[in-house]
Amino acid sequence: MMTSATNTGSRARGSASLKHRLAERGVDTKLLLLVPAIVFALLLFVYPFAYGIGLTFQPLAATQEQWGGGLFANYVAFFRDAFIFDSVWITLRLALPAALFNVLVSIPIAFKLRSKFRGKRMLQTLLVLPITLGTVLTAQGLLIFAGRQGWLNRFLLENGIIDQPLQLVNNYLGVMLSLIISGFPFAYLLISSYLSGIDPSLEAAAKTLGANWKQRFRRITLPLLAPGLATTFILTFVLAFSVFPSARLVGDASGETRVLALMAYRAFSEQLDYSMASTIAIMMGVVELIVIAFVFLGRSFLYKGSTGGKG
Amino acid sequence: MTRSTNTFDTLELKNVGRSFGGQNALVDLNLTVRAGEFIALLGPSGCGKSTALNCLAGLLPLTHGEILIDGKRIDVLPSEKRDFGMVFQNYALFPHLSVEKNIAFGLQMRNLPRPEIARRVAEGLALVKLQEQAKKLPGQLSGGQQQRVAIARAVVLEPRLVLMDEPLSNLDAKLRLEMRTEIRRLHQSLGLTTIYVTHDQEEALSLADRLVVLREGRVQQVGTPEQLHDNPANWHVADFMGYRNIVDLEVESVVGDLARVSGRGISIMATLAQPAAVGDTVRVAIRPSDLVVAGPDTPPGRDTVQATVNVVEYQGREFAVEVTTTQGQNLFVHAYTALVPGSTVQLTVDPSRALVYRTSLDGVDAPRELSAVR
Repeated sequence: MMTSATNTGSRARGSASLKHRLAERGVDTKLLLLVPAIVFALLLFVYPFAYGIGLTFQPLAATQEQWGGGLFANYVAFFRDAFIFDSVWITLRLALPAALFNVLVSIPIAFKLRSKFRGKRMLQTLLVLPITLGTVLTAQGLLIFAGRQGWLNRFLLENGIIDQPLQLVNNYLGVMLSLIISGFPFAYLLISSYLSGIDPSLEAAAKTLGANWKQRFRRITLPLLAPGLATTFILTFVLAFSVFPSARLVGDASGETRVLALMAYRAFSEQLDYSMASTIAIMMGVVELIVIAFVFLGRSFLYKGSTGGKG
Repeated sequence: MTRSTNTFDTLELKNVGRSFGGQNALVDLNLTVRAGEFIALLGPSGCGKSTALNCLAGLLPLTHGEILIDGKRIDVLPSEKRDFGMVFQNYALFPHLSVEKNIAFGLQMRNLPRPEIARRVAEGLALVKLQEQAKKLPGQLSGGQQQRVAIARAVVLEPRLVLMDEPLSNLDAKLRLEMRTEIRRLHQSLGLTTIYVTHDQEEALSLADRLVVLREGRVQQVGTPEQLHDNPANWHVADFMGYRNIVDLEVESVVGDLARVSGRGISIMATLAQPAAVGDTVRVAIRPSDLVVAGPDTPPGRDTVQATVNVVEYQGREFAVEVTTTQGQNLFVHAYTALVPGSTVQLTVDPSRALVYRTSLDGVDAPRELSAVR
């Protein structure tokens, strides 16, 4: 059977028209469907991105004078200027724990919500609802609820539970809360879909083989879920890493939440230094890529094949 | 592998029932299983056979009744403490573990010493002849090989009971036959008590020591393959056991165990499998192979059925033929010569092989059947 099929194939290649041969390799008029996407990508991503990279090599004279390095003056400044470079750590200190928290907390909730129970739909809606709020709305809500004069502090003060208002916003904690509120629904939705892709009969099988719930989770579910967790971590990390509005609105923009996006914005709007702003933006991408590379390196050691479920 | 050491004398299901939101999936299942027995739960889909198996495995809690092993209740134990092996319809192999690690999984959960695990995994692999595939992932195996891994994974624990949930239904016809023999061979060599769920009567008849036929959650009959094959308890069991001709006829006369039944161009002598009186409408069950095509020189008589040949299918040694009686009743017949469609034939049947049943299935006395078998 196999040989005869291959023979027909090679004979066809000999006599078939060019059009047919191209179609066999996926080259046909359907490729035109890709044109809008390619035009968009070129105009709105590739060109501006390349232009931005170009800008980074046109440092202001002042930058060149202060940091040297000629064309690379912006990059020298980025690494040498502690005020800028510390921002990398500040951003990572927010984005990594926020992403980790969102992933870890989503796991048990996704687990629980896999089974059927009363009010499940309601709970799911509540969990996913914050996705519809913009970051600005979330920040505003946080300020009203948890600010120094917010409902929470007023309630606690008036009932004598505390005698000093709690400092929940305009600092690291405020931004962290906003990152969790906006990032958690993503993490939960992704993880629950990964989890529903794992065939429930695998757990049943492990059960009949004598594994208790801890063993079942550690030996069966977690290894099958891990690639999904890594992907989810990366997505929520990227969301958190580019945090901007909440860092300004509910953070401490000149101190502990002086994130890279803010630095780039400042270079552009306050110092009118396009080239430095571009440099910071490019370096944001580089830092993200490094973290993603690490996660994918770890993920490459995991089993990533079929998990037998409804996918 | 030696015969299981942690065996028991009897496994008893007492009035076991399970309902889903008021819907009864299984009602009053009573069954006593002796050690080493191979029991098949047989029935069409939705009859409660898988529910029964999941209840036994502890994957579904019971809503009624109890399950006892040597008088001790086990239905209160969680699945992982029951020490049963289970083979799933979709195999449920762990896709991220190699064949040998799949087989070792249960042994590792029992915290056995490493050398013993290695030894028993090797035995398990040898048992299902998969030594070559030990390091492969399940996804790299064929369906039949995956099924063998699933069986090895369950039996390597030498469980006190092996549960199999339609293990062959995802395999093609040829493999199914091979695996059927394999399962029978394993059961004969290991002597593991097995409960096997299937909707395939041939599979059940060939594998099991005893069969339990279920319908809509209720036991219809419990018995040995011979009992079920030759003496189905009601027309539903008969239908399931390959009595393809199920015809509603009227009782004309009754003499002892025999009755003359007629209607739809048929008038034959048949055996009363369930009591019936003159004038009753009854359901008569006849296997296609018991309807004999009489020679062309047989005169039409009181006990022959005249029919026209409709469809002839060649089936190797014989022909499966569909005929229609003078009054339009279709019948299925096996013939050893090629009949010509459109021709007229005379059919006869041995009165002992035509079984008369009541048309209703109610009042089937399952417990009586059960005690008769015990």
